[in-house]
Amino acid sequence: MPSTESTPRRERAVRSRGLRALGAGAAAVVLASGLAACGSSDSGAPVLNWYINPDSGGQAEIAARCTDAAQGKYTIATSTLPREASAQREQLVRRLAANDASIDIMSLDPPFIPEFAQAGFLAPVPEDVAGRVTEDVVESAIQGSTWDGELVAVPFWANTQLLWYRTSVAEAAGLDMSQPVTWDQIIQAAQDQDVLIGVQGIRAEALTVWFNALIESAGGSIIAENSTDPEQIQLGLTSEAGVRAAEVMRDISNSGQVGPALSTANEDSTATGFESDQGGFMVNYPFVYPRGLAAVEAGTLDQATVDDYAATVYPRVDEDTEAAPPYGGINLGVGAFSEHPELAYEATECITSTENQAYYFTSNGNPASDSTVYEDPEVLEAFPQAPVILESLELAAPRPQTPYYSEVSGGLQREYHPTASIDPEQTPQDATELIEAVLRKEQLL
Amino acid sequence: MSTTTLPPAGKRTEPVSAPDRHTSDRAKAERKLGWLLAGPALAVMLLVTAYPIAQAFYDSLFDYRLTDPENRSFTGLNNYLVILTDSLWWTAVGVTALITVITVAVELVLGFALALVMNKALQAIRPVLRAAILIPYAVITVVSAFAWQFAFDINTGFVNSWFAWLPGVSPTTDWFGDFGTSLFVICLAEIWKTTPFISLLLLAGLAQVPEVLQEAAQVDGATWWQRMRRVTLPNMKAAIMVALLFRTLDAFRVFDSIFIMTAGANGTESVSFLAYRQTISRLEIGLGSAVSVLLFLFVVLIAFLFIKGFKVDLAQARGER
Repeated sequence: MPSTESTPRRERAVRSRGLRALGAGAAAVVLASGLAACGSSDSGAPVLNWYINPDSGGQAEIAARCTDAAQGKYTIATSTLPREASAQREQLVRRLAANDASIDIMSLDPPFIPEFAQAGFLAPVPEDVAGRVTEDVVESAIQGSTWDGELVAVPFWANTQLLWYRTSVAEAAGLDMSQPVTWDQIIQAAQDQDVLIGVQGIRAEALTVWFNALIESAGGSIIAENSTDPEQIQLGLTSEAGVRAAEVMRDISNSGQVGPALSTANEDSTATGFESDQGGFMVNYPFVYPRGLAAVEAGTLDQATVDDYAATVYPRVDEDTEAAPPYGGINLGVGAFSEHPELAYEATECITSTENQAYYFTSNGNPASDSTVYEDPEVLEAFPQAPVILESLELAAPRPQTPYYSEVSGGLQREYHPTASIDPEQTPQDATELIEAVLRKEQLL
Repeated sequence: MSTTTLPPAGKRTEPVSAPDRHTSDRAKAERKLGWLLAGPALAVMLLVTAYPIAQAFYDSLFDYRLTDPENRSFTGLNNYLVILTDSLWWTAVGVTALITVITVAVELVLGFALALVMNKALQAIRPVLRAAILIPYAVITVVSAFAWQFAFDINTGFVNSWFAWLPGVSPTTDWFGDFGTSLFVICLAEIWKTTPFISLLLLAGLAQVPEVLQEAAQVDGATWWQRMRRVTLPNMKAAIMVALLFRTLDAFRVFDSIFIMTAGANGTESVSFLAYRQTISRLEIGLGSAVSVLLFLFVVLIAFLFIKGFKVDLAQARGER
């Protein structure tokens, strides 16, 4: 009897010891892997942490490719940032303000690069690297990686908005899309054909993107006189170009062809509108084409609809002034507190190689900043609009480059939203007063 | 034979014959034990609440941008002056107060009805009923906000097609396109999410109403409404006030639903959202801390008004007295 009683106890004791040992082992493994993640991999090669924006897996694949190519010199581990660019910035800034050494490489939205550079969060780009990573790169991407006359980030992929249209609608409206078109022509054609004009009127970054393209296309800029001193920044909203941009924004919003939800319309919802039977014209990023193809594959969209898609350069504000389409994308920054800045810059050269940019373009739909990628037959096959994208990138104008971008963009969004209520005589003045007061820290945002 | 005199019910029994010195020693020992038991919790509370509040107040006295720590400068109460003279602040206070009043009022009525249902439900289904009613409260607020946003979204939502028969609702109704409709959906999401909390607190209050009083009133011929007004409600006043206090404090800090649904568009910014925008988006730690301190003061004021103005007794509500 005692033996039968003691057996379960012994088993429990053994099991308990086993669990404790397992727990200790697991803790040791976790600790070891944690320490390894901080510094070096199992093979002893330094681990470079690349903080990426969410995508369809392209950056993780490029990280794996570059790890292989490095042949044990370094390995790249990716960590995913939040979905929204503003949230990505918030997380990175907070970590960098605490001198986080675990950030080696960052995928950065271009408007926030001046802020990072001015705060000393980016390791200086070595001169030889700067020369190599800007070779054959479109001008807008170089501008988007530059602050205070110096290259502070490595151009990676470059996005731009195109004017998407339904070929059948343009033909019916008698528009010659081989020639530049103006916003007025598009409004007229959409009204004639009773189709939608897709624009992003949501109170978010998309609104600043749209407004910036309009004011730049009208020959002006949101910031007329730039400065690192926020109180010295001069805005150009009340200039002739600023007023004209406000007029165009108001006219489109009140054209009756923007759908019932302009004030909440973002890139996705305008793409949905364009896919509908009422789709006619839309300014949007190139992702709408693979999105359409995916919808066809899923059986939710007719092939004929996607076959009707066409794209050209962003509309002009005035007939005789070239358009300045939006510029976006991602550039790579190297953390100022990284323990391996040289290796990190070496890795950025691999990440942004022509082959990897071509792969990223065809697999994830994110256009390259390297102009030679647009000659790749595979790219041309996957994206028939590639030549237009390149042309658009050459014309594209970055958003205001200032360390105080959040204040400028936030102030614009507050005053220009909803766009249907814009008063071209008053709104630019109100926005100027608000943003200047916010920059002087005399007003809330 | 011995006689025992019972003390009057409800009165504390004190060893009146014991010498003062003995009482004092015992009281001291009890006090010491009390400190020993509550001390660690108090220390943790001070660490996780008092310290951040003090730090926020300290930061609020500076012009301090997170990306420019070297140029941090002491500005005294200037941040408070900037906030209190800005119309945006007062608009946000108004919106927050409006959301608080609407949601707490509706939740009180709905929560009370649910508490009555739970209280009177058959013993067999009571646990299932409670679990079912509590489900919304178990949902994370951000998830709940997304769910309501998707439901009311003009492109992906089902509300417009399901309720097109209601006046004012059509397939083209953009719920997040203006102030009134945005606020309606925000309040609806808040009410759905937190009514279970208030109903649970009220259920605890209902359970404390002595059954003998109900029976006596019934024997005296009181109607259901008379029993509710004269017996139930007066006996659960403390529970109602505590439920209102907790929910008002919670509602005044509304953030998640606004952040997800409108991001402050159409004038739907709350005080918490304003604090987020200054501190996290603008990185103005000084200004944002000042907004947070003012929000804290509002919360303290609400708690003070409830406890002193309405004589809410937290100990009584917990059944300690």
